Amino acid sequence: MTDTYLVGFDGTAQARRAVEHAAARAKQSGAHVCVVLVIEWSPYSFHTPEELAERHKRREEELDRAQAMVQPLIDELKSSGVDASSEVRHGNAGDLLCQLASEKSATQIIIGRTGESGLAQRLLGGLVLTLAQVAPVPVTIVP
Amino acid sequence: MLKRLLWAVGGLPFLSSAAYAQGELDKAISDALAPIINPFVSLIFSPLPGSQAIFGTAFPWIVMWLVIAASVFTVYFGFIQFRGFKHSISLVRGDYLDPKDAGEVTPFQALCTALSGTVGLGNIAGVGVAVYLGGPGATFWMILAGLLGMASKFTECTLGVHYRNEYEDGTVSGGPMYYLTKGLAERGMAGLGKFLAVFFAICCIGGAFGGGNMFQANQSFSQISSIIPFFQGKGWLFGLIMAAIVGLVIIGGIKSIAKVTEKVVPFMAAIYVGSALLILILNVTELPGAISAIITGAFAPTAVAGGAVGALIQGFKRAAFSNEAGIGSASIAHSAVQTKHPATEGYVALLEPFIDTVVICTMTSLVITITGSWVPDSGVTGIALTSQAFESNFSFFGYVLAIAAVLFAFSTMISWSYYGLKAWTYLFGEGQSKELIFKLIFCIFVIIGSSMSLGPVIDFSDAMIFTMAIANIVGLYLLMPKVKELVADYQEKLASGEIKKVK
Repeated sequence: MTDTYLVGFDGTAQARRAVEHAAARAKQSGAHVCVVLVIEWSPYSFHTPEELAERHKRREEELDRAQAMVQPLIDELKSSGVDASSEVRHGNAGDLLCQLASEKSATQIIIGRTGESGLAQRLLGGLVLTLAQVAPVPVTIVP
Repeated sequence: MLKRLLWAVGGLPFLSSAAYAQGELDKAISDALAPIINPFVSLIFSPLPGSQAIFGTAFPWIVMWLVIAASVFTVYFGFIQFRGFKHSISLVRGDYLDPKDAGEVTPFQALCTALSGTVGLGNIAGVGVAVYLGGPGATFWMILAGLLGMASKFTECTLGVHYRNEYEDGTVSGGPMYYLTKGLAERGMAGLGKFLAVFFAICCIGGAFGGGNMFQANQSFSQISSIIPFFQGKGWLFGLIMAAIVGLVIIGGIKSIAKVTEKVVPFMAAIYVGSALLILILNVTELPGAISAIITGAFAPTAVAGGAVGALIQGFKRAAFSNEAGIGSASIAHSAVQTKHPATEGYVALLEPFIDTVVICTMTSLVITITGSWVPDSGVTGIALTSQAFESNFSFFGYVLAIAAVLFAFSTMISWSYYGLKAWTYLFGEGQSKELIFKLIFCIFVIIGSSMSLGPVIDFSDAMIFTMAIANIVGLYLLMPKVKELVADYQEKLASGEIKKVK
């Protein structure tokens, strides 16, 4: 059975480096790379009635846009000989990466770091810290 | 644009002091509208024939209409509001949410949006009116009406989801207009359905201008002017400012204002309920007395016009006005939810009258009763009475209440402008200029509402809101077998394990 690497991707340069790192490892090990893009969304946020009525439409648009962002990356990976797939979901990045890791029996999670060391990062914890605390599989953080 | 607006608003006081003595413009607006409003109000609130002889006081037929409907639904669905309560909570918590639907409207979100349309001044000012006119006993009837109303809400929101329109572009439209037309057409009563839907839509527009707008503007002005003396007698000026902000959101499409309000309102509601609880705890020794005043007041009140029936009418009226059960409005907001089974939204929606009336309204009236703020015939009514009650423990609470009042009023106005707009586009079709006309009229009513005195405003608001219930409830009676079918199907799937908890 081949290994699966789960890579968090949000379109930033740091996330791109994480994908490249995963691809380089996958070329050696023959692992499958699954690129995950999370659209931040909370089931408990508040909306006006108008926003509710348009929500389904907006969701489709968000998914299309996200898919359009990931697809070139997947094509690129595939053309360089890496077995790759993508996953676009709504929710909380930390929760979803952990959940997908179990779902897909991934062997590791690879993410880029934001590089912030300020107060905001400390208070909010950030994805890196969340995963470090709760991830069910080893986490690689690409600088 | 904002700058120009501020200039215009800033320049007005000078203009006005030259042209009008204080309050004269307000009075002129009030007088001009009275002949239009009064005959309509007396028709809606005309007493049941013979009620004077039987009860000793005039019993408005429309109040009876709502209460009978709520009782019929309660019995027909086998006390669903009590049996299904636990299931409702579990649905709102998201226990049954399919992870694949992440990103869609959740039951929690639909409930919150509908609540922000109903939790408003009805809970603060409306209860003040009920206790002033009906005495503490009105609370008892209010709670009863709230509990019964849960069944009405259950019925109308299930139908709202089942008969909603889902358009190709992914947007949805639902509410009484749609279930009246489609639902009754299914039963071979297309003509009646169409008639009721149009009747409902007309009343819904009126309700949006009345209870969803004028009452809100009026009572938030009343609270603001008691704190900022500058505004006293300048209702039209307050109305103008409020109308400008509402206009920025609904016409200007400035979503950020609405977004901020939507986020602040739940906190204000929490502060409000928290303060009420604190006052009850501080006065806990008086609590048994207050409860007994509510119960004795419900059956044998003193100093209340119309005695027990007077208390009952006030309680029922203000409960209906506050939670809108049977009115049909919330069904418009609930229709957007993502669910495969319309019945789930019925379960979620039945929590609405519970939170709104059984919890929040009861808090208000307990505070009024426990602090002894109710003085019959004192003239202190509405939000002023509520404010006085809270201030007797926390002297600064007037300010908190003023902010809460304005925010609640604002979020209710935004919700109702949407309900009204949906009814408007149902009647006249969609189109930019048609929608703009509605939105402009809506803003004008903000000014009218804050200029008039409470009496005529409350009469007009009540009458408009209650007329919506005429068409809606006829439809609910005719369609309740359909709801029963939907609920039976849903419960069967729950029992067979086809629908399972995911958490």
